[in-house]
Amino acid sequence: MRRFFAYLGGAFLLAFQAFRLAIRPPYHVSLLVAQIHAMGVLSLVLTLVAGLFAGMVVALQGAHELERFGATLYIGPTVARSMVREAAPVMTALLVGGKVGAGITAELGAMMVTEQVDALRAIGANYVKFLVVPRLLAGLVVFPLLTIVANVVGVIGGLLVAMFQYRLDYVLYWNTIFNFTTFQDYFSGFGKSVVFGFLIALAGCYQGLTFTGGSVELGRATTGTVVVIGIAVLVADYLLTQLFFLL
Amino acid sequence: MAEPMMERSEILQIHGIHKSFSAHQVLSGIDLSLRACETVAILGGSGSGKTTLLKLIAGLSRPDRGQIFLFGKDIIPMSEQELLPFRKRMGVVFQGAALFDSLTVLENIAFPLRFHTRTSERGIRTRVAQLLAQVGLPGIEEQYPAGLSGGMKKRVGIARALAREPELVLFDEPTAGLDPKNARMICDLIAELRRTVCETSVVVTHDLQCAFAISDQIAFLDQGKIIEVATPENLRHSSRPEVQMFLTGAFDQATPIRVTEGRRIWNSGPA
Repeated sequence: MRRFFAYLGGAFLLAFQAFRLAIRPPYHVSLLVAQIHAMGVLSLVLTLVAGLFAGMVVALQGAHELERFGATLYIGPTVARSMVREAAPVMTALLVGGKVGAGITAELGAMMVTEQVDALRAIGANYVKFLVVPRLLAGLVVFPLLTIVANVVGVIGGLLVAMFQYRLDYVLYWNTIFNFTTFQDYFSGFGKSVVFGFLIALAGCYQGLTFTGGSVELGRATTGTVVVIGIAVLVADYLLTQLFFLL
Repeated sequence: MAEPMMERSEILQIHGIHKSFSAHQVLSGIDLSLRACETVAILGGSGSGKTTLLKLIAGLSRPDRGQIFLFGKDIIPMSEQELLPFRKRMGVVFQGAALFDSLTVLENIAFPLRFHTRTSERGIRTRVAQLLAQVGLPGIEEQYPAGLSGGMKKRVGIARALAREPELVLFDEPTAGLDPKNARMICDLIAELRRTVCETSVVVTHDLQCAFAISDQIAFLDQGKIIEVATPENLRHSSRPEVQMFLTGAFDQATPIRVTEGRRIWNSGPA
């Protein structure tokens, strides 16, 4: 229990330090761009494939239920609301987040072992500013964007199922989506993805920078990051869902 | 405690440094001092605490107790921010070179210059070329560390540490893991720096030949304590058995070898 709170405290202290440094010049924009590329652009294909199939599954499952009530007309909003509120942010965070977070831990952990982090400090560069700030900011930018991408392809996936399997008119599909989704749906999904992005980058960085040991431990630390991210995302998701229903 | 009286040219003073990791006491009461333009070699076997001592001097880790005066100021209670001006005056050469993988050789060596100075891009390129020539590696600016051999990486690491002409350079095992030719070259380079530009350096090593060739003083570290500080000539005639064992190569036999249990992979297959 004590270790759990020490971990939590250490991680959020790192986040606090990073945000304080982030607002102070100099700003290393090129490092941020490189991280956005590494996290976002290189995860685009994964997001597209996962989003498409998630949308199709939701449509199939949804249509199957709706059919019993003669309500297959409403596949559109069923898919859209499920994707926007829940499926897209959570799936992106678990799938892409696991990949991105493990990658960060492996990279920073290796930098710790090869004394590159010490070298940065010895040169007088603040390693939190160089290593953590760009990754945290990139996480905050990339995950909402990837979630939007997953939403779009997910809804398209749902449309494919609706059109080809349930012979639904595509205009009806779109119209029902816009009639039955609210600003709150989009806001809650977007809000979640921002928080998830933060948690993913933070877990990856903290696990990497607190790493000691050799290659066996590095393997353990990276898989540990995936587990931490999975649990953090699901717990945060539950709390945020409660919160957004209250709003 | 008040700052001790320092001779004007004294760059480094270490008083009663203790450091332990978990239950393992690594350093137990280290005292050492170093004057400007002097090179001290810290000699000792593997695991004697040499690298730990160097990291403490560089301010990269903190001792459990003791004081380290760098350029006249105690650096132990300082924050990372307060350490910054001291780090600007110091260069550290790491054991594994610690080059930044994602940057080219040019960007690696230019890093401290770009970070701390307003040197123009042309000035940086000229300085990097000059440093690379000095370490015997001209023209490799655009290569990445992954493509360099161990010896080359180390030399690039030295070039990066020297980029800002630091007053104090800390070398962590500069010749370890290198072939004799590369080891000699790095050793000569350190000796040349001492001769030509009044470099003050601390060289942690277990390379006897190099230590004797480059240093004004040799501090002999054994089991977390400096048991002797002497000029190379005097150390050769030391009456201490630990020193003599190390110098004559009997050290390895005297040190018990630890074997990890249950890891004899070659015996694990079916008989």
